[in-house]
Amino acid sequence: MTKPSIQQILQKRILVLDGAMGTMLQKHKFEEADFRGDRFKDHPCDVKGNNDLLSITQPEAIAGVHEAYFKAGADIVETNTFSATSIAMADYQMEHLVDELNEQSARIASDVAKKFTEQDPNKPRYVAGAIGPTNKTASMSPDVNDPGYRAISFDELRQAYKQQAAALIKGGVDILLVETVFDTLNAKAALFAIEELKEEMGLDIPVMVSGTITDASGRTLSGQTAEAFLISIEHIPLLSVGFNCALGAQQLTPYLESVASKSTFAISAYPNAGLPNAFGEYDQTPEQMADQIKTYLEKSLVNIIGGCCGTSPAHIEAIANITQNYSPRPLPKTNPLVHVK
Amino acid sequence: MSNNIRPLKLSGLEPLVITPESNFINVGERTNVAGSKKFLRLIKEGSFEEALEIAREQVENGAQIIDINMDDGLIDGKEAMVRFLHLIAAEPDIARVPIMIDSSKWEIIEAGLQVVQGKSVVNSISLKEGEEEFLEQAKKIKRYGAAVVIMAFDEKGQADTFERRIEIAERSYRLLVDKINFPPEDIIFDLNIFPVATGMEEHRLNALDFIRGTAWVRENLPYCSVSGGVSNVSFSFRGNNKVREAMHSAFLYHAIKAGMNMGIVNPALLEVYDDIDPVLLTYVEDVLLNQRDDATERLLEYAESVTQNIRVAKKDDSWRQDPLQDRITRSLVKGIDAYIQQDVEEARQSVDRPIEVIEGHLMTGMNVVGDLFGSGKMFLPQVVKSARVMKKAVAYLLPFIEAQKEGVASTNGKVLMATVKGDVHDIGKNIVSVVLACNNYEIIDLGVMVPPEKILDTAIEHQVDIIGLSGLITPSLDEMVFLAKEMNRRNFKVPLMIGGATTSRAHTAVKIDPEYDCTVVHVNDASRAVTIAGELLPQENDHHIAFAKAKKEEYAKLRKDFLGRARKKEYLSIEQARANKLQLNVADYDPYMPNQLGIQVLTDVDWDELVNFIDWSPFFRSWDLHGRFPDILEDEVVGEQARELFKDAQEMLAKIIEENWLEAKAVFGLFPAASVQIDDIEVQAEQTYTFRTLRQQSKKAKGKPNLALADYILPKESGKQDYIGAFCVTTGFGVEQRAKAFEAEHDDYNSIMLKALADRLAEAYAEMLHLKVRKEYWGYASEENLENESLIKEQYTGIRPAPGYPACPDHLEKETIWELLDVESHTGVRLTESLAMWPAASVSGYYFAHPEARYFGLGKIKKDQVSSYAQRKQIAMEKALKWLAPNIAD
Repeated sequence: MTKPSIQQILQKRILVLDGAMGTMLQKHKFEEADFRGDRFKDHPCDVKGNNDLLSITQPEAIAGVHEAYFKAGADIVETNTFSATSIAMADYQMEHLVDELNEQSARIASDVAKKFTEQDPNKPRYVAGAIGPTNKTASMSPDVNDPGYRAISFDELRQAYKQQAAALIKGGVDILLVETVFDTLNAKAALFAIEELKEEMGLDIPVMVSGTITDASGRTLSGQTAEAFLISIEHIPLLSVGFNCALGAQQLTPYLESVASKSTFAISAYPNAGLPNAFGEYDQTPEQMADQIKTYLEKSLVNIIGGCCGTSPAHIEAIANITQNYSPRPLPKTNPLVHVK
Repeated sequence: MSNNIRPLKLSGLEPLVITPESNFINVGERTNVAGSKKFLRLIKEGSFEEALEIAREQVENGAQIIDINMDDGLIDGKEAMVRFLHLIAAEPDIARVPIMIDSSKWEIIEAGLQVVQGKSVVNSISLKEGEEEFLEQAKKIKRYGAAVVIMAFDEKGQADTFERRIEIAERSYRLLVDKINFPPEDIIFDLNIFPVATGMEEHRLNALDFIRGTAWVRENLPYCSVSGGVSNVSFSFRGNNKVREAMHSAFLYHAIKAGMNMGIVNPALLEVYDDIDPVLLTYVEDVLLNQRDDATERLLEYAESVTQNIRVAKKDDSWRQDPLQDRITRSLVKGIDAYIQQDVEEARQSVDRPIEVIEGHLMTGMNVVGDLFGSGKMFLPQVVKSARVMKKAVAYLLPFIEAQKEGVASTNGKVLMATVKGDVHDIGKNIVSVVLACNNYEIIDLGVMVPPEKILDTAIEHQVDIIGLSGLITPSLDEMVFLAKEMNRRNFKVPLMIGGATTSRAHTAVKIDPEYDCTVVHVNDASRAVTIAGELLPQENDHHIAFAKAKKEEYAKLRKDFLGRARKKEYLSIEQARANKLQLNVADYDPYMPNQLGIQVLTDVDWDELVNFIDWSPFFRSWDLHGRFPDILEDEVVGEQARELFKDAQEMLAKIIEENWLEAKAVFGLFPAASVQIDDIEVQAEQTYTFRTLRQQSKKAKGKPNLALADYILPKESGKQDYIGAFCVTTGFGVEQRAKAFEAEHDDYNSIMLKALADRLAEAYAEMLHLKVRKEYWGYASEENLENESLIKEQYTGIRPAPGYPACPDHLEKETIWELLDVESHTGVRLTESLAMWPAASVSGYYFAHPEARYFGLGKIKKDQVSSYAQRKQIAMEKALKWLAPNIAD
């Protein structure tokens, strides 16, 4: 039996996305040797901190995180591929592993999702292939003395994203999620690559985009307002658009309001568990966070909701519980073209 | 719900949502090289920082979108577009508005699309090359996330009637919307605004058809927008701003009513619709809407009567009836010298002292000239003509003034002008002198090749207020530095102006300014000279002190930035650079043995043939008119001036030829040669000569060689005999005598004209001789058949680089050419102490025949190469350092 399309479900209810991957993995206290495993014991540089690599060297740990979130009530989990592009992997001299990392991560998540869907076919589970921003920006110079300089070009990004997206699709993801967008031009390169892939492969995979408003200025790191960000990416038919990271649920509200009233796409949000304390830790409790998210629900702002930094399965469970009681933001219909003649 | 409309949404850092309720959207066009002379110049100079200011000004002045266009033959459009957009992205107060990426070249458009994060507008694509290309480009634009301007243009040409406009618009729309799902709200039609009242019957409907077409498009093609460049409509009234402003406003009034919702409008050229003189409005609307058969004639008549009008109807002498002052002003503004003595005489009789005519009548007129020039309504050639009239008037008055022993009229200040020691180029300096003289400065012009002592002694003797230095060749830069040091040593307090083709703001800031405690200013074109001179002179409110301080700070900052930047560039050691030399494929290349080896001298030239080789674009540039020939003749802004200048040039050229004003001479030689020690070229003439070439040392992208000219000659050990040529041509003999004669008649215009033409003829001669060398004397390209246009674009095989220019900036090698060809005894052309050629209208260089030979820029080199060069050339390191200084990396 095939599961219903995610678009169909979105009409009916709010979907719950998972929470943080990194926070969960920290609990394992993996050391350099654990990251390397047997296969990379002679790798020329340190790889500790390359969380995406764990999909190959510690696949059970990754599967465990996905299971925990599905158990908590998530409908969608994200693959462990935030940095799995040739650009970001260059830091670890692992560009050659990009295909494998993405395919493997997608498989792990899909297998877990399949297991949960089979257990409860009334709550089908989905996998979103996470496509992160990379560590380079196409519309900002890393050199303050040379504002015209760019460390990466659109084409280089496009190629890297295309490789990642193709491997994620091959590994069986249901959705592609271009996320934590702090430079819209990077996202546009990713979307361009995905459109090319869709055309070449003759498939229509849903795409989510999630930007990041960096602070109270209400702008992305590359300077755009929430609405300008929306306008810059809505040429692509998206499943959803929204924001994640950097801010807590409460701080994110005005920007969600800004896009929710202007977009014909579904709206997603997965904020941090509040703002970090002086030690960089997130101490918002699941209840506090769910309480703030209640505002979204009362205002009918969202269709997809989850958590980012500092969130745990307990947070997701709290959010899933409260979400059940509300209906989703109604999805506007686009104005059909009136054909004259 | 509110979403029953599909508004056009664009974004920079902030959104721009264009709904049916929005007011007209104004697109700024000053960042368009075709729309702004200043912007073009800044981009060409590489002054991107200053160019950014133009963008900023536009946004501050209310442009909601900025149009950026880098389409110019002399600019690498793609690179300039990307660089400018990169810089804009770093300026939040500019980047907040959406960008219109404007180019006729798809590759430039696509490069632009790849560097903007917001939703921009592409301007433009059309059906010109057919449906396939059109749809392919549109699909990409959609994927990049941009809106698009569609030109009403198809395979058959540009739409110029109502029917053609709507036919093309509908076809484009249907293709976009039906075939590739292009969002209709992202389509903007440019329905071609063409001029009216041109006198041509077929242009009568130009405005009306646009307006009707707009109404049809907005009614029948849902959600799209209509745009256009408004100033085109009034093209036939160039120079008459009153009429133009009225036409623009009335046109917009009707076009906006019909549905035009965005466009390029110069806010400075727009009258408030309600403020238009009702008579003028009637006439204008009659023309725009084609309401009367005699509408054009009536508007033309009205236009002639507008007093502010500075156009002169041909052969209309009615102005001779105007009051005296008006006539004098008009003669000065229009550069008419026919009546000036007569009018000045009348003025002289009306005053007590003849000097009052200069201080009163003539200065009043020249102030008008200054204002018009300052506001961009007059162009340089016109001002030089005005100066000619002024000088004639003053010359007429001088005997009367001396008879009364009144002394000279008071001036704004004294400016000493000189081309520095060793340099013979003076066109730019003369233009600045004329422009300053027009603005009531007394000019002490010391001419060319002026030694520093003479400049400084004269400055003291005449107590000048400003010293202006000019130079065209690179060694002149060092002369200027030396002069600045001398001025400091001798405790000068006089501000220093720096100008000339090789000078730059950066060089002035980095090298000259630190040497002199008082003000140093780089003047980048003649039109800036007056303003700057004004700022430099002492004023009661001490503004000059503030200006001096600001300049010092500006240059100090520039210096800091520049030095900061310079350090980032990576260089190779000369050994590494040599290891990455261009490797010619020896096996597949057999050098062509020249048909005639040895030295040949040509003592005459077929002038009629020579004229065909002139590249006119630099001629216009020397007059501060920017644009490519022949397009410049039709340019909206400077076209009229360019045509007039071109006409004068043609007339003088005819005289140069008929009356044998100039002598043309050439010497060239073709010799067996081989590259030795990698960077040198050994030439086998009666004795052996060696050219030392310099090699690029900046780190190259993978696969790109570090070039030196020696790479284009096969090495000795290749076993194959290669060849090289060298030449010197001149058309400069006769120039000085004629120019002096013009100057004696107070005719700077023709003096400058002659020098500018002689320069062009020398370049033409070099081009023509190169062709003959390729096809006959050497003969390696005997089959070549290129038009002049292709020659200008350098599409031939082989190159003729000249010492002192980018591939071989080392002037010292000229001495070797002079010895090798015995240039001086064959042609009379000699080298000055700075190794400039005298006469100035001369060209010398090398010939390389290898098919892979290309012009390139040496860039900066490091001291290790200088040391190797000094050793090979057996000269002192100090000498090498001095001559190569402009190319040595800090």
